[in-house]
Amino acid sequence: MTDTPVLSVRNLVVEIPTRHGLLRPVDDVSYDIEAGEILGVVGESGAGKSMTGNAVIGLLDPPARITSGEILLSGQPIHNLGRSALRRLRGKKMGMIFQDPLTSLNPLLTVGEQLSETIREHLDVSHDQARKRAVAALEEVGIPAASARINSYPHEFSGGMRQRVVIALALCAEPDLVIADEPTTALDVSVQAQIMALLKRLCRERGVAVMLVTHDMGVIAEAADRVAVMYAGRLAELGGVREVLTNARHPYTDGLMASTPLASAGLKRLRQIPGAMPRLGALPTGCAFHPRCEYAQDRCRKDPGPTIDSCDGRAACWFPLATDRKEEAQA
Amino acid sequence: MSAIIKVEHLTRVFDVSKPLLNRVIERLPRALLTAVSDVSFEIEENSVYALVGESGSGKSTIGKIMVGLVAPTEGSVQISGVDLASETDAAKIEAVRSEIQMIFQDPFASLNPRWRVRDVIAEPVAAKGGDTTGLAEKLLEQVGLSAADAGKYPHEFSGGQRQRICIARALASNPRIIVCDEPTSALDVSVQAQVLNLMSDLREELGLTYLFISHDLTVVQHMADRIGVLYLGRLVEEAPRDVLFNDPKHPYTQMLFAAAPKMDGFGREIEAPKGEIPDAINPPTGCAFHPRCPLAVERCSRERPEMRNIGKTRVACHMAE
Repeated sequence: MTDTPVLSVRNLVVEIPTRHGLLRPVDDVSYDIEAGEILGVVGESGAGKSMTGNAVIGLLDPPARITSGEILLSGQPIHNLGRSALRRLRGKKMGMIFQDPLTSLNPLLTVGEQLSETIREHLDVSHDQARKRAVAALEEVGIPAASARINSYPHEFSGGMRQRVVIALALCAEPDLVIADEPTTALDVSVQAQIMALLKRLCRERGVAVMLVTHDMGVIAEAADRVAVMYAGRLAELGGVREVLTNARHPYTDGLMASTPLASAGLKRLRQIPGAMPRLGALPTGCAFHPRCEYAQDRCRKDPGPTIDSCDGRAACWFPLATDRKEEAQA
Repeated sequence: MSAIIKVEHLTRVFDVSKPLLNRVIERLPRALLTAVSDVSFEIEENSVYALVGESGSGKSTIGKIMVGLVAPTEGSVQISGVDLASETDAAKIEAVRSEIQMIFQDPFASLNPRWRVRDVIAEPVAAKGGDTTGLAEKLLEQVGLSAADAGKYPHEFSGGQRQRICIARALASNPRIIVCDEPTSALDVSVQAQVLNLMSDLREELGLTYLFISHDLTVVQHMADRIGVLYLGRLVEEAPRDVLFNDPKHPYTQMLFAAAPKMDGFGREIEAPKGEIPDAINPPTGCAFHPRCPLAVERCSRERPEMRNIGKTRVACHMAE
């Protein structure tokens, strides 16, 4: 691995001006992704995970905009680039995989046309070469009879095959970074397993950095190297996937893990976090999680939550849970 | 305990043919989609029976047949001994209909945005001319919302709260059976836990029976007493929960369990399942799972396996033992 991470997000703030005041769907978020690494980003709906991904690839819908912080791609700032410069980067340096494969493909073009267009846009190759590459790309993602299927339209593929086409499209110009936003949420379990295995294999082989946005903790556990947990626009916890999932230090991560049915196996009731995530327009004072936190103290209600860097680099919490409490409980 | 619901040889065929004129001009055959095919099972009173399966397995169709939203093509569903499709005594039908209610997947689509929560919840009783004074308020408190919420509109609530409203509406007519079609798929994990806990509590307080339809194995493992696994409209395996999860007999069930992401599966490399669910209009001959099955032999492509009992499990597979 090189010293410069492929993606480096520094103190990113995204704001949306509304009639009722300024909303901050992404608030002071910082993380790196190395080449060949998969960073899982988890959180509930409205936590800002997709918004972070969209900010990185420059697809924020106005009026949402980046108001401070930096995004560095292989050390180069990209947060202040114009539309055309970003357009050249997208596809070439950054690939995207969205949740719904049907809406991310053009229904009026064959998959071959869409692939060759992307390849020719970013690589200096002839029409024939682009087509050959397109066939190779489809073969690589496991589409049977790729040279015949290249002339099919998106609606002629099943959901899983369509998502394979989207992955081929995201990787065909050989990007350094892939942002996968809930890539398997619309798919069945068995197809999900196929797609995740494919994504993991391709990224490892090519040393692509992946930002995997999902709400499924099981998918994260199996695919990610590190995981970032988001809550109300802020990073709650960041660390190695095994440490974070088995030994959470932020009470929110702990609650999230405990409320999955698997973690409560054998219990009659699931452990639950009381309440719901606050709306962005009505964030509580202090740490945004304190009204739902069983460990909240006075400081949590008054002082804004700390950032990860000002704590121990792991959990953004004034009173992080002890790492060894599970062993204590067992002893 | 006795069976409150008896499903026998249930089959539902949908005609998905093109319009007649197109069929004549393009010389196309009729296209018939068998969504549910020869499914039989029983649900005991005050238990949770779960149907699991991937998209197109027919689990939602069975739920809809159960509450009478879809009529069966063949076979029957008996609720407390009454078959809604063939019963002629109107009083009996009426009585059974208020005994069974349904909760849908999407709490955003299943509440009328123009109705106040009070009217939404009281509707099942109001529609039959019953007395609804204070009913909505009582039910709202029972599902963990406040009585004052009765005057609000659905858009003022979050997804989890809306699903609570749907549960309150389902409880309004004092049902004994609730069909839940993916009740928590649209919800976040922490909210899902709240709703599942509420459903468990209500089951105990009110002695409810649930038919729980889901694709999420972890949720099913938590909620169900007995589980039926569906593949392409057929029941392939059925067993009590612990038996099924400890010792799945059918290769499809085994594949599903292996493919489901595990919370402790760090860096797990799995043999991804082969193939995809086949076309339901032209299903494979013999056992519908044989093209994807690691155990398949020649017999599987010829002969459809019958349901047979192995221990506490009912399984439809030639090779299972």
